[in-house]
Amino acid sequence: MANSIKVRAKESGGVVTVKALISHPMETGLRKDKKTGSLIPAHFIQEVDVDANGKRQLTAYWSGGVSKNPYLSFKYAGKKGDKLTVSWTDNTGEKDSTEASVK
Amino acid sequence: MNETRRVFLKGSLAAGAVGVAVGAGLLSPRAVLASWPQSAFDAKSVDAALSAAVGSDKTEASSDITVKAPDIAENGAVVPITISSTIAGASSIALLAEQNASPLTSTFELGEGTEAFVSTRIKMGKTSNVLAVVKAGGKLYSAKKEVKVTIGGCGG
Repeated sequence: MANSIKVRAKESGGVVTVKALISHPMETGLRKDKKTGSLIPAHFIQEVDVDANGKRQLTAYWSGGVSKNPYLSFKYAGKKGDKLTVSWTDNTGEKDSTEASVK
Repeated sequence: MNETRRVFLKGSLAAGAVGVAVGAGLLSPRAVLASWPQSAFDAKSVDAALSAAVGSDKTEASSDITVKAPDIAENGAVVPITISSTIAGASSIALLAEQNASPLTSTFELGEGTEAFVSTRIKMGKTSNVLAVVKAGGKLYSAKKEVKVTIGGCGG
């Protein structure tokens, strides 16, 4: 899955605010398909890692309890031009990552 | 970053076969999903989830944690939550919806220099408290806020 992640990062007063949107169904495995009545298999992101200049800033562990097309925002002490890497892995082994620089 | 991850693993060691496998060196930490706390996310009660996720269900209510959430969520499938804390040395944040079938929705491991601030969106099955647990210096602090849900967002 290419380009499933959108990242914006902005520095202000030495603090970088990172905002990320990931497109992903985030199925819990508990929901039923309305037409067939069978369960929709679980499909959700388990781990999101955010590195800045190669240094881990945040690891998020998620379950199906996080909304579809998840949004994540956090802050860290950084500066303009930091190279951010955002990557996720889901329970089926799919993964994606993207890079962005802090503005 | 590795240290916080190790601490986190210790917390989940007791319960998960995954943790045991990592502890025994069968999986390298970079075979990453090894560290996904399965038992914590499978837990059906808040106490069990907390024990598995952060090592204890004993939390201290703290006014230094702010849980920002809507009073009424019209759509339980998308409930925006923002957690921030002024507690020094916060290393991880866990976010739970108390009445969900599996209360633990997410945990966040904070790296060095990362502020105790996360914002995300969770699903809520019905009206309940949103519980935020912040781990700092080996102690657990919590804060909660009730969110009224008019249409549930878990299962259908």
